[in-house]
Order: sequence, then C-alpha cells, then structure tokens
Amino acid sequence: MNGSVGVNVSAATFATSQVLVLVVLSPLLIGLMRTVRARLEGRVGGGVLQPWRDLRKLLLKEPLQAQGRSWWAMAGPVLLVSSSLALCALTPLLGTVTFPSLPDDLFVVVSILLLGSVALALVGLDAGTAFGGMGSSRHMMISALVEPTVLLSVYALSIPVGSSVLSRIVEARLDDPASVLSPVSLLALLALTIAVVAETGRLPVDNPATHLELTMVHEAMVLESSGRDLAWLEVGSWLRLGVLLGLVSTLLVPWGVATDLTAAGMLVAVLALVAKLAVAATALATVEVALAKVRLFRVPELMAGSFVLAFLAVTASYLVVQG
Amino acid sequence: MTPVELALDTQLVLVLAGVVAAIAAPPRLRSLLAGVLSALLGLAGVLTGAWALAGRHGVVELPTALSLGPVTLDPTPLGGFFMVVAGAVGAVAAVFAIGYASGPAASRTSWVALAVFLGAMQLVPAAGDLVSFLLMWELMALASTVLVLTEHAGRAEVRTAALWYAAMTHLSFVLVLLGFTVLAHAGGGIDWASMSRVDPTSRTAAVAFLLLVAGFATKAGVVPVHVWLPRAHPAAPSHVSAVMSAAMVKMGVYGVLLVSIRLMPGGPAWWGAVVVGLGAVSAVYGILQASVASDLKRLLGYSTTENIGLIFLALGTALILRAHQVSAAGDAALLACLLLVASHAAFKATLFLGAGSVLHATGERDLDRMGGLVSRLPVTATAFGIGALGAAALPVTAGFVAEWTLLQAVIHGGRPHDRMVAVTMPIAVSVVALTAGLALVTFVKAYGIAFLARARSDGAAQAHEASPSMRAAMLIAACVVLILGLVPGALAQAAARAVGLPAGSAVTQVGFTHLGARLEPLAVLVLVGVMVTAVALIAKAAARKVPRREVELAWGGGGVRASARMQYTATSYAEPLTRVFDDALRPERDVVVTHAGESRYLVERVQFHQHVVDLVEDRMYRPMLTLVERLGVAGRRLQNGSIHRYLAYSFFALVVVLVVVAL
Repeated sequence: MNGSVGVNVSAATFATSQVLVLVVLSPLLIGLMRTVRARLEGRVGGGVLQPWRDLRKLLLKEPLQAQGRSWWAMAGPVLLVSSSLALCALTPLLGTVTFPSLPDDLFVVVSILLLGSVALALVGLDAGTAFGGMGSSRHMMISALVEPTVLLSVYALSIPVGSSVLSRIVEARLDDPASVLSPVSLLALLALTIAVVAETGRLPVDNPATHLELTMVHEAMVLESSGRDLAWLEVGSWLRLGVLLGLVSTLLVPWGVATDLTAAGMLVAVLALVAKLAVAATALATVEVALAKVRLFRVPELMAGSFVLAFLAVTASYLVVQG
Repeated sequence: MTPVELALDTQLVLVLAGVVAAIAAPPRLRSLLAGVLSALLGLAGVLTGAWALAGRHGVVELPTALSLGPVTLDPTPLGGFFMVVAGAVGAVAAVFAIGYASGPAASRTSWVALAVFLGAMQLVPAAGDLVSFLLMWELMALASTVLVLTEHAGRAEVRTAALWYAAMTHLSFVLVLLGFTVLAHAGGGIDWASMSRVDPTSRTAAVAFLLLVAGFATKAGVVPVHVWLPRAHPAAPSHVSAVMSAAMVKMGVYGVLLVSIRLMPGGPAWWGAVVVGLGAVSAVYGILQASVASDLKRLLGYSTTENIGLIFLALGTALILRAHQVSAAGDAALLACLLLVASHAAFKATLFLGAGSVLHATGERDLDRMGGLVSRLPVTATAFGIGALGAAALPVTAGFVAEWTLLQAVIHGGRPHDRMVAVTMPIAVSVVALTAGLALVTFVKAYGIAFLARARSDGAAQAHEASPSMRAAMLIAACVVLILGLVPGALAQAAARAVGLPAGSAVTQVGFTHLGARLEPLAVLVLVGVMVTAVALIAKAAARKVPRREVELAWGGGGVRASARMQYTATSYAEPLTRVFDDALRPERDVVVTHAGESRYLVERVQFHQHVVDLVEDRMYRPMLTLVERLGVAGRRLQNGSIHRYLAYSFFALVVVLVVVAL
C-alpha cells in the first residue's frame, strides 16, 4: 500500500512539473522558432519573449463575439487548452513514473490529442462564416489522415517492447540504446515526425505565419475569436507543439529522462528537456525556412508517404523479431 | 417456475398485450398505451437476458401447429447478452415513439408491427433450437419490413427502400436456412446440441460456415450486402431506424458468434481471415461513404456498416488468434467484439433518436439545411453530442473503451507465431486507425453543421424542442453511453461471462493482466476535469475584469454580415475528403457553364452538381438487376396472346414428350 502511495506521489510530481515546465517553455519555444526564422531571413524578429507578451495582452483584452454564436465559442478554447495540459501531464517527458490507474497508454494519449482537435474544429464551425468552416474542414481532413500514421508508427515501436504504454517504450530504449538506431525505430520516428508536423500545422502542411485566408488552415479556424478566447486557442496549440516535439525528441534521444523521483534526476531531466526542445525547435525552424507550403491536395500524398514509412516499420519489426 | 421462465412468459404476454392495445385502444391513447407496453416488453427482455447472463436457466415451450415440434425458448449467457442489448434499445425506442409517432407511424398497423418486431427480435437469441430460431428470425424480418413501409403513402422512395430491404432480408433468410440445413444434416438433429457435434475442420462444416456467415452478414449490413441499410434507415420512422440499426443488425453478429463460438468452436484460422476481410472492407467503405453523406440518417446508416465492420474485425481477429493459440490476446479480441456490440447499440440508438428529434423539429434530414440548433434544441444537442463522441470513439464514452480494447488485443496479438497473424495484425491496426480518423471527421461534421453556426433554412430557424417522452428517451440513451464509458468494468465482466472467459476486470476498469494493459476511464476524466477546472477558473477571473461583449459583427471585414448560405455546409465540409478519396468514391460531377451571348469569356451562370453514389450498388447490383429485367422482357415475347401460338406450343410439347418416351 505504502509503495503505491509512493508511486502516486512521484507520478503526480512528474506530471505537475511537466505541466509547469511546458507552460513556461512552449511560448518561448514559439518565440525561438520565430526568431530563428527571422534571423535566417535577415530580419530582427520580435524576440524570444514576444509570444509571452502577446499572450498577456490577449488575456487582458475584451473578447468580442458575433451575435448568434453559441456557448461553444467560450467552451471550445477552454477544452483545447485543457486537453493540451492533460497531454503535458501524461507524456513521459521528464520521468517514466506513471499513475498505476492512468498509464500513459498510447491510445489514451492520442484520444486526448484528438479531443483537442475536435474542440478546435468545432470552434471554427461555430463561427458561422465561410472561412471558419473552411479551416475546420481542412483541419479535420488532415487529422483524419494523420491518425493512421501516428498509431501505426507507435505500434511499430511497441511491438519489440510488448506494451503500448509510452513510458515502457522510453524505458526500454534507455535500457537498450542500440535499439534507437534500429531500422524499425528510424522509420517509425521519421513517419512520426511527418505526422507531428502535419498535426501541429507547421510547414509544409500549413503556414502558421500566413495572412492569406485562402491558404489558411489553423488561422482560418481562429479568425473569429478574440481576447482570451484567442489566447486559449493559441496557448493550446503551442502546448501541443511543445508536447509532440518533446515526445519525438524523447523517443529519439531518451537520455536524461528520469526513471525514479530524485532531486538531481529531476534537474537533469528538466535541463535535458529544455536542450532537446531547443535543438528540435531550431532544427524545425531552419528546415521551414527552406520549405514552401504545399498545395492542400498534395498533403494527402505526404501523409500517404509517411503512412508507408510507418507500415514498413511495422513490417520490419516483425522481421527483426523473427530473425 | 424459474425467474427466467417467468420473464420469458411475461414477454410473450406483453407482446400480445401490445398488439391488443394497438388494435383496441382509442386513437388518442393508442400511442401512450402501446408505447408503454412495448417499453415494458423491452425491460422484460433486459431482465431475462440479465438472469440468463447470471447463469440462471429456464425453458419455455410453446406448442405450435408445426409438424417440427414446439417453439423452445432456452436462453444461454451468450444469448442473454444480446437479449439485454435488444431489450434495452427496444425499451428506449418505444418511450421515444410515444411522443414521436404521428400520422402513419401512430397507426394500428405500425404499433402492432412494432410490438411484434421488438418481441421477435429479443427472442431470437433466446431460441433453443433451429426451428424456433428461424421462426423468430423470420417474424423479425417481416415485422421490420412492415415498419420500413410505414410512410409509403407519402414518399415514393420508401417503397423502393422497402423492396430492397425485403429482397435482401429474405436473401439472408435463405442463406441462413441453407447453412443450418447443411449443419443439421451433418449433425443429425435440429437442436443446437446435435449440430455442435459436427467436426469444425470437415468440409461440410466449411460449407455451412460460409453459407451462414454470408446469411448473417447480409442481416448485419456488411459490404457488399449492405445495400439495403443506407436506404432502409432514412425511409423508416426514426425510432424504427434506431432499433434496426442499434439492435437488429446485431442479430447478424449473434448468428456468427453462435456458429463460430458456440456450435463449432475451434474452427480453422481461415474462418477468422474471412471474417476479418469482410470486417475490414466494411469498416473502411462504410465510414468513407458516411463521411461524404449529407442526409443525416443515411450518414448514420453507413456508420452502422462501419461499426459492424469493426465488430467483425474484432471477431475475426479473435478466431485467428485462438486458432494460433494466442489465447490472451484472442480473449481480449472476443471481449472487444462484445464491448463494441454494446457500445454501438448505446450510441447509435442515441444518434438515431437525436436525428429523429431534429427531423421532428425542423422537418429536415439534409444536413445542408440545418444549423444553429444547439440553442433551440438544447437537450437534443446534448444527447446527440454525447452519441457523436461515442461514435468518434473519444473519451469518456463507451465507444472509446471498446476501441481501446480492440487495439490492445491487436497490438498484443502481434507476437509473430505465424505468417497469417503477422500479416493480419498490422492491417487490422491500420484499418482501425483509418476508420477512427474518418469517423472523427464524420461526426464533427454531423454535429458541427447541424447544431452549431447559423440556421441554413427556415425550418432550422423555427425549430422547437421535442416532447418530454422523446427528451427522456434521448437522455437515458446518452447516459448509458457515458456510464458504459466511465465504469466499463461491469459490462466487461458481463461480456466475459457471455463467452465463458475469466472475468479480469474490476467495476471501474477494463484490464488484461496477461497483457499488462488496463484502462480506468474515471482517471482520464479526473485528469481532464482538473485541467478544465483550472483553466475555467482563470477564465472566470478574467471575465470578471473584462466581460465578454456581443456585437453584431465581430470581424466583419467586408462590413455586412454575409448571408447564412455563405457558411460551409456538410457537402462543402466533406469536399476535401471527396477529392482525396476520389478514386474510391467516384462522385458524379456535372459542371454546366452558360456563356453570355457575345463572348465565351463572359460567363453568365455556372451550375455545379455533385452526387456520390454507392459504388457497390452501382457496379454489382445494377448490372444484375438489368440482366434480370432483360430476361423478363425477353420472356414476354413467348407469350403474345395469340391462341395459335399457344396451340403450337402444346403441340410441340406433346411431340417432345412422345419422342422422349419413345427413346
């Protein structure tokens, strides 16, 4: 009994610190990506702290709401942030200790992610404008095509471990670092990266800095929101990006993640996470400078490609285990 | 007399009472009386099923005039599970019908047919031998055909739909009859015990299995024999669609389980592969059609094909894994099959009743003409929203628990023992994942377009909330979706008992100790709930400082608020998907450009028309029907009314007979 209390306490500690670290870091991450992009394009940029300033401004502003919008305009953004926060608490970014009653099972994590996507899509539809519906429709199409890749690639990673719990997968990688470089792992991570880029609306799937409504996906959905509604929608999306980038980099470089609760381990884990996220964000921003947004109807080709990679990973995992 | 026998007798009495009330009651009281009796009939079914699940026994024999002996009712735990599902759906639908039925749906015929339909349907799984089974099966088919025909006087498409339904349901009957005949012949008797003596690896068993699966699949609405389903559901009154979709198609699943688990357990692995194949094709095809449909009830009908596909996928996976002795994962897959049955019954009943309420309030089935109903129909919107969450398999609903179990089974079946397992499992995961993704789009579309944004037609703008009995029925069904999703353990235990598995779950969780996997939805709810509370408190504090302000135009851009017709509709919402899956859907597109008189560069008018047809119906059934029709026309030439020709026929027939006799 005492042991299970201890596990719950350390799981709660990890979950809380993950939430706190990501809430602080995610806006900075966006700021970093914008700054890197600006510098590479020869601009000065707003600085790393600019997203935090924007957020403060939005939270203090008065939200305007068009007549005829339902309560969903208010509830949707709150649900999106909450689902992103729940993701932060669940994914093993700092430590692999989980609640016994709530393991970070892959399907639970994906379903909470989708809950956020649905909340955002409904906010777009509720606006009752052509652009809101357009963004929502495109967003859901991309989500629908991303889901098979996400499930299949993590399935490939879970076959050698025999568990769909993300913490077990990360622990197995810590025990056997060679498995990170196996063909299964590389194929699956490549597929997962493409899926994450699509799901979080980065180039080449969606341009987060676009001002042209006809090409918008994410921006079209939030077009009619303002004030704190908009702030929640932005934070929710930033947190998703932070969590998913963190998950991919943790799977690729599992070192630094703590397997039990100690002060030193936690410090190392936080520093490692900050470093991983900074490197991942810089890399993503650098690649984005060189990319143009692809046409919307070329996106399915990209997703089909990543799906094939994930399927190859699954097939390879059978061959490797069999051989 | 045991409790089971008493409950079975009660059901028979209630069917009779329902029929009498429907015929004899004055029109004002008819719906109330017949509806209450039908609801009680459903509850009696739930009670019988629950007792049978708990292991109680009881046999009721009804003497009949048939030479084949009495009708025997002898529910087993497996049958009991399906009785609970059928009874619960029937009860909720009957309560809904009290307020919903009007016009032809409130007629004597319709109420009589409903009572017979509900009674026969929940007694199908109770049947103790072949004759009783077939009798109940046929009674269910006939009564439901009458119900599909309810509105035949007002709408021409109802007649076509009923014709398709009658033809397909009897095809199903013939196939099932043939299959059981083969089995009865090999086993030497028409009771289940003698049939289960057939060796499952023999060739006779294989023939019987294929015939029976084909027959039951037709009833279940599996591709390619699903064609009746998307036609019959929009045609029937909504409470009937709810029963047909949530409960009746499950009798097809019960049939396959009866054959593969109870009568012939231990069949070869290819049986499972056949079932997985049917399931995978149905799941993907069904949800693809649903995602582009804009008739709400047609959309729900196709989504039923998808869910039945997933159920077949789970069952087939279980059969394959059991044949390869991967028993822990195989058991989980079998459990997933039953959880999917129960969860689909709950959320599909909710959704069809919700669609009925919307139809009642707006007179519209076309999503493209709805909108903004969330403020005018708050109860319907809440119930439909919960049902849609379930259909999209999101937490914390029954649909999520069922799909989680299926994915766990498939993932842990992944240990490669055999090439067939190694090939099937990744395909199964991909199918489940693709289906889940498309289901999400489908139900975001259905909910968002119908209930959010602004009204797209006058009917939607003047909608009114449903009557108390309809609201109660929808809310009960929606609560069941949530309860089964939050405390799924009791259902999982019942399902495990139904198929004779060790119960591995506590009340609040579904768990598989052998697989090291467990799910406690309450914990997920607590986690998300804590986050929502925290964010909502911050939002509330901010709202006290700067309250929200409603303006006519928030971000008008152009100045005037665009007309409601400028909003995205269900058709435009599905447009990206239609283009992505263009090759699989083959929509018929027609663009007519009218040019202004002088120049072809000046366009006066552009007309765009797009219609998605069911490819299976178009490519498989149409040619067949055309052929039959052509044969009929050709046959008419033989008979042109000329007496000389008929005399010549007789003469030549006589000559042929004489020649044959002489030889």
